[in-house]
Order: sequence, then structure tokens, then C-alpha cells
Amino acid sequence: MALRDITLEDIESLAVGAWVLGTGGGGSPYLGLLNMRALYREGYRVQLMAPAELADEDWVGAVSNMGAPLVGQERLTDSRTIARAVALMEEHIGVRFRGIMSLEIGGGNSIQPLMAAAHLKRPVIDSDMMGRAYPEAQMTSVAVGDLKPCPLTTVDVRGLESVVESVPTWKWMERVSRKICVEYGSIASTCKAPRTGAEVKQWGIHGTTTKAIAIGAAVREAQRRHEDPIAAILAVEPGKVLYRGKVVDVERRATEGFLRGRTRFDGIDQFKGAAMEIAFQNEWIVAWLDGKPIAMSPDLICVLDSVSGEAVGTETIRYGQRVTVIALPPPPVFLSPKGLQHVGPRAFGYDIEFKSVFA
Amino acid sequence: MRRIGIDVGGTNTDAVLIEEGKVVRAVKAPTSEDVTTGILDSLKSLGSTGVLQGKKIDGVMIGTTHFINAVVQRRHLTRVAALRLGMPASASLPPFCDWPEGLAALVRGGVWMVEGGHEYDGRLFMPLDEAAVTRAAEEMKAAGLKSVGISAIFSPLDPGHERRAAELVAKVIPDAVITCSSDLGRIGLLERENAGLLNAALADLARDTIAAFEKAIADSGIAAPLFITQNDGTVAEASQARRLPVYSFASGATNSMRGAAYLSGLSDAMVIDVGGTTTDVGQLKHGFPREANSVVKVGGVRTLFRMPDLLSIGLGGGSHVQLASEQGPLKVGPVSVGYRLLREGIAFGGEQLTTTDIAIAAGVLELGDRKKVAHLDAATCKGVFAEAARMAEEAIDRMKTEAGDVPLIAVGGGAFLIPEKLPGVSRVIHVEHGDCANAVGAAIAQVSGECDQIFKDLSRAEALSAAQGIANDRAVAAGAARASLNTIESEDMPLAYLPGNSVRVRVRVVGDVAAA
Repeated sequence: MALRDITLEDIESLAVGAWVLGTGGGGSPYLGLLNMRALYREGYRVQLMAPAELADEDWVGAVSNMGAPLVGQERLTDSRTIARAVALMEEHIGVRFRGIMSLEIGGGNSIQPLMAAAHLKRPVIDSDMMGRAYPEAQMTSVAVGDLKPCPLTTVDVRGLESVVESVPTWKWMERVSRKICVEYGSIASTCKAPRTGAEVKQWGIHGTTTKAIAIGAAVREAQRRHEDPIAAILAVEPGKVLYRGKVVDVERRATEGFLRGRTRFDGIDQFKGAAMEIAFQNEWIVAWLDGKPIAMSPDLICVLDSVSGEAVGTETIRYGQRVTVIALPPPPVFLSPKGLQHVGPRAFGYDIEFKSVFA
Repeated sequence: MRRIGIDVGGTNTDAVLIEEGKVVRAVKAPTSEDVTTGILDSLKSLGSTGVLQGKKIDGVMIGTTHFINAVVQRRHLTRVAALRLGMPASASLPPFCDWPEGLAALVRGGVWMVEGGHEYDGRLFMPLDEAAVTRAAEEMKAAGLKSVGISAIFSPLDPGHERRAAELVAKVIPDAVITCSSDLGRIGLLERENAGLLNAALADLARDTIAAFEKAIADSGIAAPLFITQNDGTVAEASQARRLPVYSFASGATNSMRGAAYLSGLSDAMVIDVGGTTTDVGQLKHGFPREANSVVKVGGVRTLFRMPDLLSIGLGGGSHVQLASEQGPLKVGPVSVGYRLLREGIAFGGEQLTTTDIAIAAGVLELGDRKKVAHLDAATCKGVFAEAARMAEEAIDRMKTEAGDVPLIAVGGGAFLIPEKLPGVSRVIHVEHGDCANAVGAAIAQVSGECDQIFKDLSRAEALSAAQGIANDRAVAAGAARASLNTIESEDMPLAYLPGNSVRVRVRVVGDVAAA
């Protein structure tokens, strides 16, 4: 069976690429990267496994960190906690996972499966359930596929461990697990509902760890050579440049536990005179050019620093930044009518008919 | 009010005397290796015309790049014991985990992590393990460590555990110099802890440097209290600066901006400080530089605390000029001849074409030998000035926080590169004594207090007012007169994913130094 070694260089690239796929949210991968550097220094290694290599009856653990990014800046990600969430799930359901995958490749959760995999000596499955970052539990390929949302384990570093045994819907899972997370101090390591090999093969969004590494490697190589990092991304991904401009206004508000708002841009270069506006709910959701919607979820809208090529987040974007806005193709699973119900513009409150940049 | 402002830079020590709001005299002297001599020389030079004779000086305010240079050059650093309160969380990322290895090897005296810390909402994360703190202190003592950096989870919200641990350490090591991360305050454990550890690493240098400042003033015969200027354009009494030297890291650039505000009479404007090698662009709001809201790297260490938000570009009076040719288009900077300008510039008999040579050729500056640059025609000079203006324009635009034209104050020795008109700028202001703006900024510094905290279940107005009260108390504790306090920054940020209408509020106030 072919497993590929993940090098520390790959993980450095993953951190950059996953931030791009975070489409403005997902949290910074920096602390996860620090954990992986420490683990690799101590001799731990991680391997990557293609989802096609899974047997139908294999079991896979899907992981993510849950909570407020701000709390994560004080209670720092510890690689052992996410590993414990996976081990707890194995004890609870009485199986041994063949591999570990990410719920969300965008942002900090891209590195969580690597930390668990290092401790548990299991491969990381090259697949996730969003292909990007999204704010809620039902915004996943497995929710679109109506797969079972439970059980779920949550772990707090102080030895607090819970299992959500049964819920009827993904929305209920979001509500109940969020309550537990808040009690823990608004941060929890979680192992999501276990998936069979057959389910991962059918519903996973494949190759996203490899994709994030490739994007990050392209950006880092371009930075080293002082070349255009945006062009480097477009050389490895079939994306489209939507706009180049500078930020002229940022409006943020927190509602129902989300960071919502709008950012306005003035065009530069060939976009001089054209105005762009992008609305966000943690992640970039809809982009308008001169008042006309031109890109929207589930297309990936990535706002990148024009010079460094690194992603600019909705929490930190500010006036005067020079950015290039690109779109990357969405995972096909979200393009079905059911998929669009979960993550199309209307799922975020925008009464717009979805039209892909890539249609 | 009569004050002396001194800026101890890498090359020059500038000094100014300000009397009743006017710059009476401004001088420059070379900075000396021992600091004291350079300051003494500049004070002698300042007093050489008799302006100080028989006059009472209300304060000597010194700004210095000494502390940041020590970190960048990795000299004069003290070995530090790191004590973190927050186990069992964050254990896989111990103190010093993201430091450059060379610097960590110099500073890391030992790492101790024990149970303690708070939650974001003020609940205990874990009770403080006092016995473990005492054991750690005994080990520090056995290892001969006297400089201690203490950090705790969410200590900006509740510094109680850090303070208690400091008491316990002091019981075991009575002469310990202790930095609590909550004194440096922002949310972000690693970055705040890093700032605390850097501060602890500067303990010996801060003690010696401030003693040298005090000696220079005493030797000069001036009887006045010493104040040290800080990153945010305010001053601290010498005793506080000795305790928190990192707060003085970026005071040079800040002093230039504050000086620019003072000399121009404007309190809201962009400032461009053009030196020999680099140009700093910042924004004045209410007479103070806007602060950086994100991570700032110092000597390769990520930190997050009060620092001015500056954009530095490679443009200055000594910048190399590469004229357009078959090899490529016109290029100005980022390489500079720096302090070797008077040797290497063409107008001075050297071989490197610099922006200063262009200014001499164009008749903007009267320096060196104009005949040596006679081959540079008007069109060439115009092209170079246009390129410098373009670089300045872009930097200014990047540092603006809103659209619309703003006034621009140009200071520093290379200010001749800034034209009278720039797009996005309503007017360009050149000021008298602009080349000593940094020492002027030091002379006029005030005292500040800050609060950066999360408030829950309060209305926005209530949260702002609570933060205001805390900031006021801190300013008074730092030496400000309460009646003179003025709020210069107030912002609130709603927090995603936290329950109960959590809002993070940051308020900063400043006031005049209280009479002794």
C-alpha cells in the first residue's frame, strides 16, 4: 500500500496553503505548525494515504478543533489533546481507525489530523469534508450526503471528556456540541462521527491536503525567487483572478457567534475605476463587482496579499492593504441542489441564484 | 515649563531645549560606546551658549534605541527563568518555543510550567499550584537565575495568579527582577510571554543604561528628574522604565512623529521621517502615532504589545541611485551608503550615485562639490525625484486608514526627497528643526495608561466606560496628573464564537507628568 511521507517542508507549505483555502477564516495554522515542528524535532513522522486505498469496511476518524480563535491564542493547541479525542472515539465505538482525516482543510484545522496521526501512528487520509473553511457543522459534504452526524467526542486538556451519543440532525449536533465547548472555556478538541472507508470514498473531498501543500509550496517558492506568488498559485490551481485593488473600508459586527461584515475595495491596474465589495460570515461569502454579484459560495473566494501571496483573513483585513482576489473551483458535491441548500448564497442569507465563476 | 529632550541614536545623540513651548536650541553629538559620554557631550554643547545658566529644568526626557539594539545584536542579555502558569494547557508549546535558536540559547536559563491561569470569562482555568511555584523558585535559585519572566493564561483579564507567583518567587529569591506578562498586556499567550521574556532578558542592561543616563545628567550639573520615552510617545519615570525596558523599544521612531506633530502644530496627519537609509511612515492621531494591532517581530521574536504602526521602506538620503539603462529601469534604494555618505557620495569624491548627489545637482541641497555632479542633467534629476515621490506616495497610501487627502509632515535629514505636492496628500509641511524632531518628541512626551480587556454582558457604553476607568487608574499610577487625562484611543471589537455579547475593548489615555 502506497503511503507518502510528509516532510516538515510539506507541513510548512501546508500551513500557507491551508490559510489560502481558509477563504478568510478557519483560524491561523501557526500554532499547529509550531506543534508539528516540535514533534518532528522529537522524531515523530506522519504519512499521507490516498482515500482510494481505503477498504470499504475501514473506519476513519475525522477531527477538528472547535471554539473561539481568541481562546486558542491563550490556551494553545496541544497535539496530544486532539489525539486523545480520536482515542476516546475508538474506545467508545470499539474500532481501530485505519487513518485520520480533517473535517476542514481551510485554516488551522488542516493540521489537527497530522498532530493526532503523529501520536497515534496512523496515516492522514488525503481528504476532508469542506475543501475550504465554513462556519457551521452542517456545511460539510457528509451533511449534504445525509450521513449520520453522531457520535462525537470532545476533549478538554484538563481531563474533561464527553461523548454526544445521539442527535437526529447536524443542526442539533452543532447546538449540543457548541454548548459543551462553551462550558469547557470555548475551546475543545473534537473527533466527529466516524466514517467508513466507503463513506469517505463516496463523500470525502479528495486530495485537499496535497492541494494545500502544492498551493503553499508555490507561494513560498515564488517568495524565495521574488516572483509573483499569485501567478504561482494559478500555475498549480485552475483559479481565476477576479480583481486587484486596495481595501478602502471594513465593517465588522459579531452576531449569533459569527463575525459578519463587508469589505470594500478600489481597483488598481487593469481594475482601476471598478469597485468590489465582499461580504463575509467568518469566511468570504459573496463578491460584487460594481454592484453585480460575480462570485459566491461554494466557489472559493480568496483574498490574497498582492505582494506576499499569503491569505488575508476577515478578522485582520484592514484599510490600505493591496490585495488580489482570486476564485478557486468549488468541490463538486456542493453544486447539487442539496449541496447549494447547505452552502449556497441563500444558506448565508443572500437571495442570489448561485452562478459559478467556473460555469 | 522647561525641558530637555535627548535622542540617543545609533549614530548621533541629539539634544533640544524647549522653553514655554519653543525650541530654544538644538544640537547633535556623536553617540559614544559608553552612552554617558555622548549624552554629556550633547548636554555640554546644548549649554555652551549659556541657555541653561541658572535655570530650573523640569525634566530630562531620553529616548533610546539601546534596548532594541541589544536584542537585535544579541548583546548584553541576561539569562532568564521562564515560569508559565497554565498547566495542563499549552504544554506542547513551552516558553521560548518559537524563538530563533541562537537567541533562545543565550536567554533561556530554564523553563517551569505549573498549574494556574484563567478562562476568557474570568473563571479559574486551574487553581494556582503555589507549592509548585515555590519549588520552581528554589530550582531557579539553585541555577543562579535572578531574572524571571512570569506568564499566565488570560492574565490580561485577571493578573492575580501572576502577581501571587511573583510574591512567592520573591520570597525565595529576594533580589529577583520579575516581569509579569500582564504588565505588557495583550491577549495572545505566546506573543505576550515573548515580550515578557525579552523584557526580563534586558534586566541588567536596563539597570546599567538608566544608571548611565542618571550619571550623565548628574555630571552635567543639571538637577532634574529623568524620564525615559516609550514606544507610544509617552514617558515613564526612570524606575518604571528600568522595570519595563521593552516599552522603550521603538521610541526613536515614535519621538520623530511626536516631534513632527509638535513642530507643525498638527495633531492628525501622516508623518514621513526620511533618514539616511530608510523612511518610516506613520499616522498621527490626536498627536500620537497609531499603534500596530498585529504581531511585531523583534530580533526574530514574535511579540504583541504597544508599538507604533510604522511602514519602513528603503528610501533615504544615502539611497543608491541606478539610472535607467540597458541593464534595467531607474531604481532608487533599498541599498544605502548610510553614514558613509560623506565619503562615498559622488559630490563628496566617492563613486556611488545617491539621492543626495541628485539633490545637490538639482540645486535642492548645498553640500559637497556641485561640479562633481554637473553631468546629471535636469531631466535625470527630475526622474529620480519622481521615483522617490512615487515610493513615498505608495507608502503613505498604505498607512492611511481611510480615503481622502490628508496633510503630510516631512521630517528627518532626507526630507528634501519629499516634494511639495503628492497625490492623496492635501499639503506637505516641512518644519524648522525637523532634523531633530526625535529629540523634540522626547522633550514633549506625556504619560499614558491602557486597558485591553474582554467585557461580558455589558452594554457597549458600559464596557467602554469600565475600560476608561481602568486606563485612567493605570496612567495615574504611571505618574500622570489625573485632571489632565485625555482619551486618545478607544476601540471595541465584538468577538465571534463567544457567548453572552462578549466585546473586547481597548482604551488608551494620556496626561501631563504630575508635579513631584
